[in-house]
Amino acid sequence: MKGRRLYLDGVSVVFDGFRALNNLALVVEPGEMRAVIGPNGAGKTTMMDVITGKTRPTAGVASFGDADLTRMDEAAIANLGIGRKFQKPTVFDALTVFENLELALKAPRGPIACLRWILSGEGRARVEEVMEETGLADRAQDPAGILSHGQRQWLEIGMLMMQDPELLLVDEPVAGMTDAETEHTAALLARIAGKHSVVVVEHDLEFVRALGCRVTVLHEGSVLSEGSIDHVQNDPRVVEVYLGR
Amino acid sequence: MSATTLDAAPSRLRLGLRAGMIGAVCLLAAFPVLNQLPETHALHVSDFLVSVSGKWICYAILALSLDLAWGYAGILSLGHGAFFALGGYAMGMHLMRLIGPRGVYGHPVLPDFMVFLGYRELPWYWLGFDSFAFAMLMVLLVPGMLALVLGWLCFRSRITGVYLSIITQAMTYALMLAFFRNDMGFGGNNGFTDFKELLGMPLNTGAARATLFYASLVSLVVCYLLCRWMTATKYGRVLTAIRDAESRVRFLGYDVTRHKLFAFVASAMMAGLAGALYVPQVGIINPGEFSPGNSIEAVVWVAVGGRGTLVGAVLGAFSVNGLKTWLTSAAPDLWLFVLGGLFVAVTLFLPKGLIGLLQGRGK
Repeated sequence: MKGRRLYLDGVSVVFDGFRALNNLALVVEPGEMRAVIGPNGAGKTTMMDVITGKTRPTAGVASFGDADLTRMDEAAIANLGIGRKFQKPTVFDALTVFENLELALKAPRGPIACLRWILSGEGRARVEEVMEETGLADRAQDPAGILSHGQRQWLEIGMLMMQDPELLLVDEPVAGMTDAETEHTAALLARIAGKHSVVVVEHDLEFVRALGCRVTVLHEGSVLSEGSIDHVQNDPRVVEVYLGR
Repeated sequence: MSATTLDAAPSRLRLGLRAGMIGAVCLLAAFPVLNQLPETHALHVSDFLVSVSGKWICYAILALSLDLAWGYAGILSLGHGAFFALGGYAMGMHLMRLIGPRGVYGHPVLPDFMVFLGYRELPWYWLGFDSFAFAMLMVLLVPGMLALVLGWLCFRSRITGVYLSIITQAMTYALMLAFFRNDMGFGGNNGFTDFKELLGMPLNTGAARATLFYASLVSLVVCYLLCRWMTATKYGRVLTAIRDAESRVRFLGYDVTRHKLFAFVASAMMAGLAGALYVPQVGIINPGEFSPGNSIEAVVWVAVGGRGTLVGAVLGAFSVNGLKTWLTSAAPDLWLFVLGGLFVAVTLFLPKGLIGLLQGRGK
């Protein structure tokens, strides 16, 4: 199963005449970490929506290994091994931290399987391990609804770790965080990155620099520039549309 | 540990509720027995109270089923009365077949209304209903199939919230209009009545009333335990998660359509069972049972009791119907205003219903 590449080519998404994505191409190699930056409306979130099956592209190819992402729904893509962290942390408020993580744990997903589900010792150990890693161990029995913004982000990252995806899409993980929280988040992502492919959408260039990975710059729905952070920061077209404002 | 002190208050409440529930079931179970006491006895329970509480028990099963769909899976059905009525009609068809040649027209097979309407033979969809087992199967299958088809169409297209509510409401309204038609073969306007017996037991005797009462009570307990089991498993937590953040659940790899369908179908079957227990107790089923008002009233029971808690749904069904029974004899014109006012008041001031009130006290 290991070692599938994410491949987007010629992807366009048109909403009522507006081209949110325009002939977009992106390849993420197995195990690679990639940062995607771009001004508001550049199509970053739409790109994530296409990869995770939330939006069907109007044209183009989107595949993961030999699976055609344009023909699958969100749940099937998630089970394929593509996990997504949203810009606004979405966790299940009525459930405890432990239960949130348990839901994300890799296991059969059907109604009957869920009715018959008994958490194994191994599964429990995994939940506890992730709670340790995300720093939420002492909140295990608290409902997620009462967590702070940073803790909700970590819980969501923890849920992704439970899913153990092969490719991880992370949308603005440090928006609205304090410096200490940003640091903790960067460390968490770095730990995940070792084992998985990661695509990070981010506004914070310092954070992107700290990730030390290849950067793709989007503008008006297509790729404007790609390369190291220094390369793109010195690309005159990038400076014009994004950095030099 | 902080967790244990936090848990202390709710768990005392939970113990209290459990004791209250067991007490209430025992009290209800005593009704038919106390009914046997001489009327002058202080503990005598009137025939009226036995029969009306038998109805309330059926309503409580309907409330439970609605709570499973609405309180847990977030499917606000404004048409659950349709599943109740379909279960009732399936039972009614069995009861009609059991009348046999004892009808007014004395036809050996055809129910009175069919003779009256000039039917020559039994329509094909009436076949099999002379068997109790087949009828009971239909009590569950007919509402279940309707929920499966409607739910599949809606959930697959991701129709949620108010749009889904409107569709379910339209469904029950459409069924009401259909069942009003004589050529549907379900007795039209008059529905079914004049039932004679069930399982060899004449229906107009105290023994039959007591048997049906106990059957309902046992069904309520079984449905409650079933719902409790379902909601306590991981499946219940998936439903709660769907209720609160449906799209997030999809990105975790759960097939939301299947999970919602499962809950909706189970809920519809439970509502059908409630209807089937109700009909022999009240002795009649007609298309009025499909009226949208009935479904909305069931939503009010659950809201008043406290949706998302199973005890709340049952409590709501008993308390609102208790109020209704009292008020419709004391001040009949007021009832609809009180019902509407109750819903507004609960929505504004008691979002967690009566159970929320108790929880507030418990802390």
